[in-house]
Amino acid sequence: MSEIYHFFQQLINGLTVGSTYALIAIGYTMVYGIIGMINFAHGDVYMVGSYVAFIAIVGLSMLGLDALPILMAGALIASIVVTSAYGYSIERIAYRPLRNSNRLIPLISAIGMSIFLQNYVMLAQGSGSKAIPNPIPGEFVIGDSAMNGVIVSYIQIVIFSVTFLAMLGLTLFISRSRLGRACRACAEDLKMANLLGIDTNAIISLTFVIGAALAAVAAVLIGMQYGVITPNIGFLAGIKAFTAAVLGGIGSIPGAMLGGLLLGIAEAFGADLFGDQYKDVVAFSLLILVLLFRPSGILGRPEVEKV
Amino acid sequence: MSARLRLAFFSALLVPLVAFPILGLKLVTVGINLEIQGAAPLTWWIIAACTLGMFVWQLLRRRLAAGWASSPNLPRIPAGTGNFLTRPKTQRWGILALALVALVWPFFASRGAVDLATLIMIYVMLGLGLNIVVGLAGLLDLGYVGFYAVGAYTYAMLGEYYGLGFWTCLPIAGAMAALFGFLLGFPVLRLRGDYLAIVTLGFGEIIRILLRNLTEFTGGPNGISGIEKPTLFGLTFDRRAPEGMQTFHEFFGLAYNASNKVIFLYLIALGLVLLTLFTINRLLRMPIGRAWEALREDEIACRALGLNPTLIKLSAFTLGATFAGFAGCLFAARQGLVSPNSFEFIESAIILAIVVLGGMGSQLGVILAAIVMILLPELTREFSEYRMLIFGSLMVLMMIWRPQGLLPMQRPHLELKR
Repeated sequence: MSEIYHFFQQLINGLTVGSTYALIAIGYTMVYGIIGMINFAHGDVYMVGSYVAFIAIVGLSMLGLDALPILMAGALIASIVVTSAYGYSIERIAYRPLRNSNRLIPLISAIGMSIFLQNYVMLAQGSGSKAIPNPIPGEFVIGDSAMNGVIVSYIQIVIFSVTFLAMLGLTLFISRSRLGRACRACAEDLKMANLLGIDTNAIISLTFVIGAALAAVAAVLIGMQYGVITPNIGFLAGIKAFTAAVLGGIGSIPGAMLGGLLLGIAEAFGADLFGDQYKDVVAFSLLILVLLFRPSGILGRPEVEKV
Repeated sequence: MSARLRLAFFSALLVPLVAFPILGLKLVTVGINLEIQGAAPLTWWIIAACTLGMFVWQLLRRRLAAGWASSPNLPRIPAGTGNFLTRPKTQRWGILALALVALVWPFFASRGAVDLATLIMIYVMLGLGLNIVVGLAGLLDLGYVGFYAVGAYTYAMLGEYYGLGFWTCLPIAGAMAALFGFLLGFPVLRLRGDYLAIVTLGFGEIIRILLRNLTEFTGGPNGISGIEKPTLFGLTFDRRAPEGMQTFHEFFGLAYNASNKVIFLYLIALGLVLLTLFTINRLLRMPIGRAWEALREDEIACRALGLNPTLIKLSAFTLGATFAGFAGCLFAARQGLVSPNSFEFIESAIILAIVVLGGMGSQLGVILAAIVMILLPELTREFSEYRMLIFGSLMVLMMIWRPQGLLPMQRPHLELKR
């Protein structure tokens, strides 16, 4: 019986982590779907988001507004607004002038942006780690006891539900709204969409803003669960999320969601199998394997190179 | 006008939104709790000034641009200078002059300066090696530091477990790095450019994580220390020779001088750099070198002309890795200690920045960029704090304004005289 519990415990832990990867991965996949570049700085936008979330949480508690809903709403709103501004500015400064150049040039620019953001936060906020206590402590147990059962913490439930809502919102936005249709049109064919009167620059900015906002949601959730941030968390989170995006099929939004969940599960079981220190190796190896054997991912379309 | 005003408002709003939360409010750990402290009032004033500046600039941009255009032209660098500086012949003489200076200089300089120069040489080598991969073959390799680590650990581990010396290990380190490059490159090089970048990045990280966690072989996070310095045909540069060996100063009847060791290592580094330069320059004239550049320009055309892209890419990748292996071996010898911390992603980024700033494909550019990148932070301590910040922004700015680098190289060509 305990093996089954153990299995489900890993599954739940994996799904929790995976759903946050999925949130960040959407930023990669949407940008890639439209302008075909890897936004290397996306992980650092996530990092900025978690700093803003921490600042909001600490600030609100200092003002005495430490009721949980206020804290969460405050952190979410502050983080989403600020990271959206970051997402927009980064695109405007570092990527838009390079729109029609060789593929590698925006990527190098993005790497520069990522280094810049990381060091900018490090200089402004200090390189040490910052920690807050978990604002939603507590857990419940399915099964006989904590030793022989599945532990689900309240924060995991919050992560699931907020992620689900964010995904639902995004899916509705993309499939139903006018702007969402414009986004899909741009992903289909940027030039044609432009000819048909869509302001493609605005749509590209919008995808950066949406990606950054979802990364901010992930930042708030992960920040509350782990409670520790440093200026270099963005690098690993970015790579993981990119792996998720590739796994699901880069360019496809449902793919990013699926890929995130799968990566989370693979990591949880991989860490269980090989030891915690090899958790990241599991993700990197998965990335390499997917790119080698199925570069279009699970739900992606194979890319045809045109002359 | 109203659209312009709206844009100006919007842009001005973005500035405090981006700057204020991170720069204006600082998270400070007090005891076990976090608290927020406002930054110095000066920071807030600067943010306010920037906001205002952005508003005015966005509002009057068109008028300012017009005013700028009508103002008398600033003295420009004559077009001929740029042409002269980027010509392959000029650059070859530039490299020769640099090499001569580098050869004579250490005998007059202080020990610390020579030691630093050795580090610069290591980065020059890394830059030149990555230049083959990124600049010439157009493959973005973000895991270059992985091969550097392979080279360094090859020497450290062979020395630690089998007692092999520097000169035996140097070719082995190069060969090991080449082997890793080959093994990684073989499956991976079929991928398109940006995927390749991320896969190599993952590879570099895997190597670092393995080095950190395979504690019984690599010493884990502490790494391996006590790596031997190179010897000159069996003569050590220590004060006292170990059993069965002779010291350099005794053999030549000189007084012991601690800086001899440093200068010797520097000269080895210089020799390796010159060897690298020579090899690359020869290769560039061979069909394989031409094929690298052709592949960078247009892969499909290359394939149509019967070149095998995978093979050509693989050769560039493996060769680049080899030089990283040599550099790693040298690094281990200079440091006397290797640990996984020396091989983080940021190293790859620094090497990439050297190549990008110097001018992709240009060897003189890469050499100068390596000197500037390593020397500047050492010269000014204040600068070293802002070093990566400046490198990051420079990488972005270079891509926007001068993607070919500061000192690119023209392709060898003939002009018809009229």
